[in-house]
Amino acid sequence: MRTIPFLIVCLAVGAAVFAGAIASGNDYLFFAGYVVMQYIVLATAWNILGGYCGYVNFGTAGFFGIGAYVTVAIHQWHPLPIPLLVVLGGAVSAVIGYGMGYLTLRLRGAFFAIATLALAVVLETLVVNWDYVGGSRGAYIVRPEAIAPFGSYIRYMFMIMMLLAIAALTVARLIERSRLGYGLATIRDDELAAEAAGVPTLRLKLIATTISGALMGMAGAPFPYYIGYLQPDSTFGFDYAVNAIAMSVIGGTTSWVGPLIGAVLLGSLQQLATVTISSAVNLLIVGLLLVFFVIVAPNGILGLIHKYWQHKSDDFVGRRRVDLAAAAAAPAPDGAPGAPP
Amino acid sequence: MSELLEVANLGKRFGGFVALDNIALSVRAGERLGLIGPNGSGKSTLVNCICGTLRNEQGSVRFDGRVIDSLPAHRRTRLGLARSFQLPRPFVSLSLMDNVRIPLLYTVAARGGRHAGAAIDDHCHRLLREVGLEAKAGALPRDLTQVEMRKLELARAMAAEPKLLIADEAMAGLTHSEIEDILALLVRLNEQGVTVILIEHIMRAVMSFSRRLVVLVSGRKIADGPPEEVMRDPEVERAYLGQ
Amino acid sequence: MIFSFNLLINAIVSGILIGGFYAAVTCGVSLSFGILDIVNIAQPAFIILGSYIAYTLNASLGLDPIVISIIVLPAFYLLGAVIYQIYYLAFERRGQESLRGLAFFFGLLFITEVTLVLYFGVDYRYVQAAYIGPTWHFGAIDVPLRILVPCVVSLLMIALLQLLLSRSFIGRAIMAVAQDQLALRLMAVNPVRIKRIAFGISIATASLAGAFLIIIQPVEPSVGREYIGRIFAICVLGGMGSLPGTVIAAMLIGIVESLTATFYGPSWAPAVSFGILLLTLAVRPAGLLGR
Repeated sequence: MRTIPFLIVCLAVGAAVFAGAIASGNDYLFFAGYVVMQYIVLATAWNILGGYCGYVNFGTAGFFGIGAYVTVAIHQWHPLPIPLLVVLGGAVSAVIGYGMGYLTLRLRGAFFAIATLALAVVLETLVVNWDYVGGSRGAYIVRPEAIAPFGSYIRYMFMIMMLLAIAALTVARLIERSRLGYGLATIRDDELAAEAAGVPTLRLKLIATTISGALMGMAGAPFPYYIGYLQPDSTFGFDYAVNAIAMSVIGGTTSWVGPLIGAVLLGSLQQLATVTISSAVNLLIVGLLLVFFVIVAPNGILGLIHKYWQHKSDDFVGRRRVDLAAAAAAPAPDGAPGAPP
Repeated sequence: MSELLEVANLGKRFGGFVALDNIALSVRAGERLGLIGPNGSGKSTLVNCICGTLRNEQGSVRFDGRVIDSLPAHRRTRLGLARSFQLPRPFVSLSLMDNVRIPLLYTVAARGGRHAGAAIDDHCHRLLREVGLEAKAGALPRDLTQVEMRKLELARAMAAEPKLLIADEAMAGLTHSEIEDILALLVRLNEQGVTVILIEHIMRAVMSFSRRLVVLVSGRKIADGPPEEVMRDPEVERAYLGQ
Repeated sequence: MIFSFNLLINAIVSGILIGGFYAAVTCGVSLSFGILDIVNIAQPAFIILGSYIAYTLNASLGLDPIVISIIVLPAFYLLGAVIYQIYYLAFERRGQESLRGLAFFFGLLFITEVTLVLYFGVDYRYVQAAYIGPTWHFGAIDVPLRILVPCVVSLLMIALLQLLLSRSFIGRAIMAVAQDQLALRLMAVNPVRIKRIAFGISIATASLAGAFLIIIQPVEPSVGREYIGRIFAICVLGGMGSLPGTVIAAMLIGIVESLTATFYGPSWAPAVSFGILLLTLAVRPAGLLGR
């Protein structure tokens, strides 16, 4: 499928989801759906660097938080429309992603991972010390009640996040099928061989980090309006990082479909579960699932599906072989030494 | 013929170990050069320094008239320097087709020689056919034997359409007729104007292919000249028979 | 002027003392990341686990936290050996340690933290011991015992570890395992076994480090995060896998943090180690004492 038809299908599905949610008349669906969409963006963004290129980013919360706090900072000065905030948050996040990548991506992948792991802590330190955005007390942002023509504001926010999710999926899918996607795959497989084949590995890694960081920042930009009260320690917590990684790994990292499956599955499960069990239990389950999948089914649900199909066709071939063998044995109807009872 | 590759007093150490000591080597365009030496003599290190996989601390490498010391490996490949790895390093998640597609996308395209979509597929098939892997075009590297991996390694290096091809032990483990095939392929490439440096342990192959032979022993160049003459050199004999 | 000079001296002394403790926190990673090349980012979580074990037994039996940590050392060693076995079977053997191994350890980090939250809640916990509270005074210099004791025991532990690595057969095999697995095999030593032992030791150090931590400061489950940047900054700065380097780097970072806290405010301290980490990676990835 080309990109334009893909976009049209995505938009059609999105419109149907939106219409369905409106028809249900329950605004809670939009609140829950917003979070799921947000996770689609985060997981897809993580996978562009982690899945395609093999560089693990633990700083999802950091980049997400940058987007959120850019919004807070701008809001303190002058409220701007959300789409503009998304662009700005994405831009700042992209710049920071590029900078960190530039410093650490020339080294082994582990160093980049460690740097991103520490990133969230540092950003939290910065925000805690920055009174303008609320410091450690946190920042309140009053969400407008309604916006034309959507009615309630959450519907408007849901739509923005859904469009972002569609944009993220489209970007991931484009990368996957492009020269860039091939290049990133060679980096994941063998960086020395990639260089020898003419792949400018550092540049591609930086591109992937920047795109990935930008998308994460964009996902964070509307968040203060969603949550109403933004606190540094919850914003920069590990929850986003573990979710983004778990969703990608559980879905399957080799294709844009993987993070989508993972985010929809884990995201909606968590939305359902928060009603019944505590959020800590929720996160524990995500962590356990991550470890389980990474050990037992490292290629995720996509890998399992793939294997299942392969297995089925193998089975088919196998059974036919057995049938042939049986047919060959048939001319000896009686007295043939059969299997022992 | 002009100098294509000029290596001047090249030195490389690993900690206290001197891997390459003051190597000088020049290769003219169109040459067929054999590079031999016992294990650990620095052959692969030399290749790595020439191709930018390792950085040399000392000396300089000129390729096609320009100093390339500061260039990263991929820029050197784009200038026309391709190599195969001694231990095959295929892209394990990509099919054989896509393995040879990478240099076409990144090296040949960067030089402006853009292949269109279908033409690129044909080209990949042709490259795989030349090394006898066309039947496995859609397979993944894990389905290959060691020998086939070596052939893939060579095909990928050829795909970069190099001016200088360095084949690092491309023939280890191959049967007699397979060696003949690869040698014929290298000769054909050479006749098309590609300069070839062959690093090999199989002396029969080196002797039949090379027009000039260079011998490295413990990081130093001890001989450089016509193959028969070099093989009669007492120092080379000592190095080879002595070990 | 006198006042700020006193402040400076005190900041440096407390930096050195805290640095000794940081060395204990880091030496496990120096071993696993520096020598075995296993990027164990879950180490802070195991340290916090050590803190909570010290807290539980201290509160229920009144035992000294450091004594507790030594008693449970074998359990931590076993935990480490089991984790390595899983890591080896699932990732190292398949050659997939980079991405999936990291995700694995991240999952462990997260699971440990959340489990502690579920079991103990997010309240700060602390331990009781005779040396928590008193402070020795040397002129203008204050030396709180609750920092001095962990620092001294920590340096002792590292000295023992260094002795083990340089003098014993196992120790030398551990040092060799990263360099030359073939040579080990020729000596009929199984590198996997050596790595399992070494990783067990690296996790065992978390037991002591955890006790030190909860002696020095009250602990809640997410405290470990602050240590991630610090641990790896020290490990890299110290030259990856050198214990003396680790001690020097730990004290250096301790001093810089202490000075930052004294003159700019304690809330900035967590950013220091990250800054140093990035700087080291950018300028001198081989570390201070690197080749």
